[in-house]
Amino acid sequence: MSRALDVFKDAGSVAFFALVIFAPFLGVQLGDNDAGNLTLGARPALLAGAVALVFAARVLMRLWQDHRPTSQAEKLGARLKPAGKYIAPALLVFALLMPLLPGLPAQYIDLGVLILTYIMLGWGLNIVVGLAGLLDLGYVAFYAVGAYSFALLAQDFNLGFWQCLPLAGVLAACWGMFLGFPVLRLRGDYLAIVTLAFGEIIRLVITNWVALTGGPNGITDIPNPTLFGLRFTMFPAPGTFAGFFHITPHPWQRIAFLYYIILGLALITNWVTLRLRKQPLGRAWEALREDEIACRALGINVRNTKLTAFAIGAMFGGFAGCFFATRDGFISPDSFTFMESATVLAIVVLGGAGSQLGIVLAACVMIGVPQMLQSLAIYRMLIFGIALVVIMIVRPRGFISERRPTISLGKAQAISADLISQGKG
Amino acid sequence: MTTLLALDRVSTFYGPVQALREVSLTVEQGEIVTLIGANGAGKSTLMMTIFGTPAAKSGRITYQGRDITRLAPFEIARLGLAQSPEGRRVFPRMSVEENLLMGAQVVKYADYEKQLALVFELFPRIEERFNQRAGTLSGGEQQMLAIARALMSKPKLLMLDEPSLGLAPLVIKQIFGAIRQLNRETGLTVLLVEQNANQALRLAHRGYVLVNGVITLQGSGAELLAKPEIRAAYLEGGH
Repeated sequence: MSRALDVFKDAGSVAFFALVIFAPFLGVQLGDNDAGNLTLGARPALLAGAVALVFAARVLMRLWQDHRPTSQAEKLGARLKPAGKYIAPALLVFALLMPLLPGLPAQYIDLGVLILTYIMLGWGLNIVVGLAGLLDLGYVAFYAVGAYSFALLAQDFNLGFWQCLPLAGVLAACWGMFLGFPVLRLRGDYLAIVTLAFGEIIRLVITNWVALTGGPNGITDIPNPTLFGLRFTMFPAPGTFAGFFHITPHPWQRIAFLYYIILGLALITNWVTLRLRKQPLGRAWEALREDEIACRALGINVRNTKLTAFAIGAMFGGFAGCFFATRDGFISPDSFTFMESATVLAIVVLGGAGSQLGIVLAACVMIGVPQMLQSLAIYRMLIFGIALVVIMIVRPRGFISERRPTISLGKAQAISADLISQGKG
Repeated sequence: MTTLLALDRVSTFYGPVQALREVSLTVEQGEIVTLIGANGAGKSTLMMTIFGTPAAKSGRITYQGRDITRLAPFEIARLGLAQSPEGRRVFPRMSVEENLLMGAQVVKYADYEKQLALVFELFPRIEERFNQRAGTLSGGEQQMLAIARALMSKPKLLMLDEPSLGLAPLVIKQIFGAIRQLNRETGLTVLLVEQNANQALRLAHRGYVLVNGVITLQGSGAELLAKPEIRAAYLEGGH
């Protein structure tokens, strides 16, 4: 019986805190009367309801904790584990076929393009944050550099998307090195602050250098990508995609083409990352994340290792930026706020820093879910926020937190180091 | 005997604080030399200074007759100096194999297999734990891994910073035995920084005593062990 009392007490104290917190938010209501004076009304029913809800939720949570069928859940997890290796190929096949699904509204392909853009950004930032362990809060700077490089080259030199794509990547990589040099000695919080500032500097320069960038008005009429010189238009003129193949033009063709471009770019990012992880350079990045002093003692060139991480991460950000510019046909500084950096970083952390597949899942959640919930209007961000909090409580190290050695003789081990670092070994 | 490493009146500063005061020492080819001293004497600083971080403010460090005082750590590592830093510092989330591969980065994997065989012979435990994550190893195994990792670069001079730190006497014995075996069988030169003066002096051919950044005593291991001031300060629990 004392068990029930214990649960009751616990839920009671949680409900008390809820009362304290909710009282000013829900318990009182400001309004105005006909004379225009402010009035202060009480909403005791609403407050009581909220507190009762918290109390009930806490009781249920305690009961669930007590009776959780751990062993069964773990057995199920172990049985599902072999299925895990089919997830990535299955997702890849789905991604390849998605635009071809009959009757799929174009808006879903558009959403796919958006999610893939963030997957690519996540994979790019993952090199810097997940592998090299350098906390970068200003990743949007390279996204912006890529986008503006393309926009300005197209505007001033009449270059197309495919000519500008490598240039945008190279320019972004240069800026990555440029950022890398002053922050070589910094780690953790200090590095985060400087990179945050760097992201803001780039945005402010773009906003205020009106003569070059058009300032807050942005740049319009950025050319669309072409397929071997064929343009995508609504008229089947010669030199267009529809005209060349003698088919009826349809907006679907252009959106699907964009989809496959970003899918290709993202897959290249993934492939390069997976390759590099098995190379000395990628291994050095990971070692740098684990212990910088040990790296120095082993004769690793820490400076170059960090700079390449910044440069390669920035390069993929630049590619993504270039794609962003061509997709929208219009860019302005508003697209490159700190919010973007935070979103991409959230994707990397939520995915379980370092995991490629985790980032895919996290990007679907971070970008897809708010879009899906659009019909819920004002509650959308509330539900989204609660969902993120719950995810981080249930999986504190991200969706896929287990790091597999890049090289192994094929014998699995009993206890993962990730569990041990959480104190569960 | 030829001199492998020589320090000539080396001084090192951390900002305004002087950590080493005109330290001179030599390490001959094929020797085990130990540097003993209390906490904060500057032992680790001396080892890090040889390795280039922090760089010496004055004085000269020569390795095989070549001035390395101003070289960066990665350039020094390429010359054949390897270091196992204080506190082991293995890469916890990486496997034992990956840790060893990291140690072989400077030699471009040329002699990886050969060094691996040497390491397995020296520490059979490393072979047993080859696929395991370094963070899951015991303290002694981690220390073995740290030494093994340094050996992967096929060094001519191995510098070890307190390999006995926090280990059980039996494990210390194993590790010191491995160092002696390495020195006898492969002729590897070892510079051993230790607080555990008794064992270190028994193992080493020669020793230096560092007090507050100054070398106060030097001599053969046996000589130093016999000195009353050493016995008082480091061996019999006095200060």
